[in-house]
Amino acid sequence: MNQLQNFTKGFIKENPILVLVLGTCPTLATTSSALNGLGMGVATTFVLIGSNVVIALLSGVIPDKVRIPAFIVIIASFVTIVDLVMQAYVPSLYETLGIFIPLIVVNCIVLGRAEAFASKNSVLSSFWDGLGMGLGFTIALGIMGAIREILGSGSIFGFKFISGDGILVFILAPGAFIVLGYMIALVNRLKKA
Amino acid sequence: MEYILIVISAVFINNVVLAQYLGVCPFLGVSNKVNTALGMSGAVTFVIVLATMVTYLIQTYILEKLGIGFMQTITFILVIAALVQMVEIILKKISQPLYQALGIFLPLITTNCAVLGVAILVIKKDYNLLEGVVYGASTAIGFGLALIILAGIREQLELADVPKGMKGVPLSLVIAGILALAFMGFTGIVK
Repeated sequence: MNQLQNFTKGFIKENPILVLVLGTCPTLATTSSALNGLGMGVATTFVLIGSNVVIALLSGVIPDKVRIPAFIVIIASFVTIVDLVMQAYVPSLYETLGIFIPLIVVNCIVLGRAEAFASKNSVLSSFWDGLGMGLGFTIALGIMGAIREILGSGSIFGFKFISGDGILVFILAPGAFIVLGYMIALVNRLKKA
Repeated sequence: MEYILIVISAVFINNVVLAQYLGVCPFLGVSNKVNTALGMSGAVTFVIVLATMVTYLIQTYILEKLGIGFMQTITFILVIAALVQMVEIILKKISQPLYQALGIFLPLITTNCAVLGVAILVIKKDYNLLEGVVYGASTAIGFGLALIILAGIREQLELADVPKGMKGVPLSLVIAGILALAFMGFTGIVK
């Protein structure tokens, strides 16, 4: 039961984007289409699981005073792995996500989970926490990407269902801010109801 | 002339927050008062310029020389974290008023993706050292500009009657969206 809670809390109750509002930069930047959003989500999930597990394993070894730099090095190592793997196997996605792959290092969700959860809990709990948080992040990115793609280019996962252009502004920066704003507002409203 | 183009492009056309989506967390976090926004942008400018310089030198003279470019992410983030810590210690020693003004923002800057973002972009764009520093400084000014504008608007809206769910972050995001729309008007000034 406990592990199940660790796993599912990231979906809705503590959704990193929609409730905790962490990691907004990649959220805004990579959701111009549903596929890009999901790709970014999967990359971040991998880093989250990896860093959570390693940090939980090392929690007895890392001295308290230098824990933040130590966490950052562990996270950066996993980000480098993701960076190289994506460059090799999905070059087109890597090209679109661009600078936001190395920037997973400074995604507040990853360091936040390391500090708040992985350094204090068992390896297994940390694994489920990382997976759940990562999936919550991925789901939110996917939904937001889908909304922007449907409105902005009239397609979903690349399948076009209108002729001509969509409302172009939703693919550009202003659309990203406004869609995320309304998504968080909706979640706030539902939470209070 | 080239430098002027870099400045205009980084401040207005490719504004770091409103067009490139970097540094959104502090953009939303410290934009409730104009004064704190000013302090934050000062600290960010300082760190970005310093970080751009140091990471550029490390990239050219250490990473590329040794052929270990793949260590870029790890090295840069460590350098930035160390740099922020160092700036904090030095400021505390030499200028107490400046430390009190900027001090609380400094730890937050390590996780500001604009700093690491600019460091990587300078390498990606193949700038030389001077161009890189000019780019870093003007990006930071662009960040400050966006932050201060948003803070000004949010101060005005403090007492406005907005729907409950929209209060706080959602409202700021929608305002930022409209700001981004306004900044899109600059597109095309520099070819």
